[in-house]
Amino acid sequence: MASEFVTLSLTPLLIGIFAAVACALPGNFLLLRKQALIGDAISHVALPGIVVAFLLTGAISTWPMMLGAAGAAIVAVVMIEGIRRLGRIEPGAAMGVVFTTLFAAGVLLLEQSDTSSVHLDVEHALYGNLESLIWLDGTGWDSLLDPQALAYLPVELPRMAATLVVVAAFIALFWRPLKIATFDEGFARTLGMRTEWLGLALVLMAALAAVAAFDAVGSIIVIAMFICPPAAARMMTNRLEVQVGWSVVFASVSAIVGYVLAGYGPMWVGMADAVSAAGMIATVSGVILAISALWGPCRRRAGAPSGV
Amino acid sequence: MLFDALFLQLGYNATLVAVGATLLGAASGITGTFLFLRKRALVSDAVSHATLPGICVAFLILVGLGGEGRNLAALLVGSAVSAGIGLWCMNWLTRNTRLAEDAAIGAVLSVFFGFGVVLLTVIQTLGSGRQAGLEGFLLGSTAGMLYSDALVIAGGGAAVLVMILLARRPMTLVAFDPEYAAARGLSVSRIDMLMMALVMAVTVVGLKVVGLILIVALLIIPPVTARFWTERADQVVILSGILGAVAAYLGAALSASAPNLPTGPIIVLMSFALFALSLLVAPNRGVLAAVLRHRRFQRRVHLRQGLLALAQAQTIYEPLTLRLLARAGLVRADGVATRAGRARAAKALRDERRWEILRRDQAQEAAAALYDGLREIETVLTPDQIAEIDGKIVPAREAH
Repeated sequence: MASEFVTLSLTPLLIGIFAAVACALPGNFLLLRKQALIGDAISHVALPGIVVAFLLTGAISTWPMMLGAAGAAIVAVVMIEGIRRLGRIEPGAAMGVVFTTLFAAGVLLLEQSDTSSVHLDVEHALYGNLESLIWLDGTGWDSLLDPQALAYLPVELPRMAATLVVVAAFIALFWRPLKIATFDEGFARTLGMRTEWLGLALVLMAALAAVAAFDAVGSIIVIAMFICPPAAARMMTNRLEVQVGWSVVFASVSAIVGYVLAGYGPMWVGMADAVSAAGMIATVSGVILAISALWGPCRRRAGAPSGV
Repeated sequence: MLFDALFLQLGYNATLVAVGATLLGAASGITGTFLFLRKRALVSDAVSHATLPGICVAFLILVGLGGEGRNLAALLVGSAVSAGIGLWCMNWLTRNTRLAEDAAIGAVLSVFFGFGVVLLTVIQTLGSGRQAGLEGFLLGSTAGMLYSDALVIAGGGAAVLVMILLARRPMTLVAFDPEYAAARGLSVSRIDMLMMALVMAVTVVGLKVVGLILIVALLIIPPVTARFWTERADQVVILSGILGAVAAYLGAALSASAPNLPTGPIIVLMSFALFALSLLVAPNRGVLAAVLRHRRFQRRVHLRQGLLALAQAQTIYEPLTLRLLARAGLVRADGVATRAGRARAAKALRDERRWEILRRDQAQEAAAALYDGLREIETVLTPDQIAEIDGKIVPAREAH
């Protein structure tokens, strides 16, 4: 039982948790800055980036694809900003124009190119394949100390862990500026902060988390984790420190419960096969959000009359 | 082949799809305009993603009742129900919690879509081949569409158009100025609900053609494009409908003309092509127009400053100024003013003196506010007033 757990479930579970937390951390700030849908846009435009990287290199390899997705995210941010300024269009609509167009271009490229020989399709990009990231050499808990078995860990695990470390380090390092700029941008500017660069860095961190998670677990989790855990955490507290803490807890719980429900839930109700883990993790995060929206201690707007 | 497709020569089904897509494009372009003017364009993204669980549940019910599970009308009803639930959740979150609308949109979008994906995998485990067709709702698939499906789409698109025609006046009013609409006694919340119902209807009808991920493009891109060309709300509505219809028609025809051209993405890219064109060449709001406007302004400033420099016998070093003056025949190649140049320069300097006096006169504050260094004084004052000002210039000179 233990060996089966380590082989089949340990790595997907860890990757799921790391991806969820890495997205939830910047998600807190994006939510407060009313940029929650940036994650949505980034995860849509990663598809054309990945397809272009594949067409250029002709192989499914990690680094070109990560670079392609990151490049597409930057192109998208520049396009949104450009269209917003040049056309004087509200940001929501500009975002809608850009990410649907880039996604459509990605789908078209995918259909036009011969990708039948490799595992690259729209469904995979949307809901990933968390379940397949198994660790064949992990035969038991002892394998964690066995360098030879560790060498065959799915590459997604160290990459996701590194992403989480980078994102967490960014948030920790820039905690004060981020906090001030998020709540009172004007005050931050009078203190001499370069708020626009800070905002761009935050979006880039979000893009990094999104692209790394996208590769491992698909875009569904990315969008859900950017928004649901921070939103649920927002209902629990008025303090940013506590909110970030709650969001990490909610993201981890979503990943664990979602993964377990997807893997074992169907068997409990008498069905033979597992369901999509990515979809289930998103669903669980939604349930958590619903619970906190109904009963969270700080769910109302400050100053709103109670009981209305 | 493309030519055949454009003129509806590719058989009955392709023709029906093209006609259905055109109606859908018009309906979504018009509906989207109200959303866009209300600054709620991305709400449609939540609505469209929220349709997925409904499709799956409807499919499961159909299969549970012993059917094939491919009845398009039943699947669309299911999708409408779950889109409605998603919309309600989104409204509830924005109204009853501290979440902003964008967070509510993202939450509904991702959770409903995630749940739909779970249901999709459940359906996959039911039996091989059975789910074939449901994936088509993600990105749209018109290949192998049944006659009855095409009929549902064409009928749905037409029905939405009729609904919009009936409700266009109150919706325009609310989209444009909700406070005024409320003051006129209209129920803003009810009209908002109607607007959302229409968005839902367009989404549901478009699922099969464009797919739930890209249908939002049909609701956003045509209105944004139309907005470049006109400042009047009613014209934006009509233009957006036309643009949506054109993009959808071209896209459907193009995708029918060759294999591997999925309908939804082609329609979206067509819309974007129209958008990009408008962004560049639209009068007033277009980029090209803005560049031209800037150049014209720059030239006027240079010419004016050049004339003032000539009048005060200063040397002009700025090459652009010299070039502009020379081209207008006001200076010779060596920078010395021609006769016409001296006359224009003297007038420019005198106008500047007249403005100076005008701006010192508190009774003329309104006219003086129009001074920007470029405006001709004749466009502000009558000849009599100018003569009166000229009378004040001379004594001022004698006093020196």
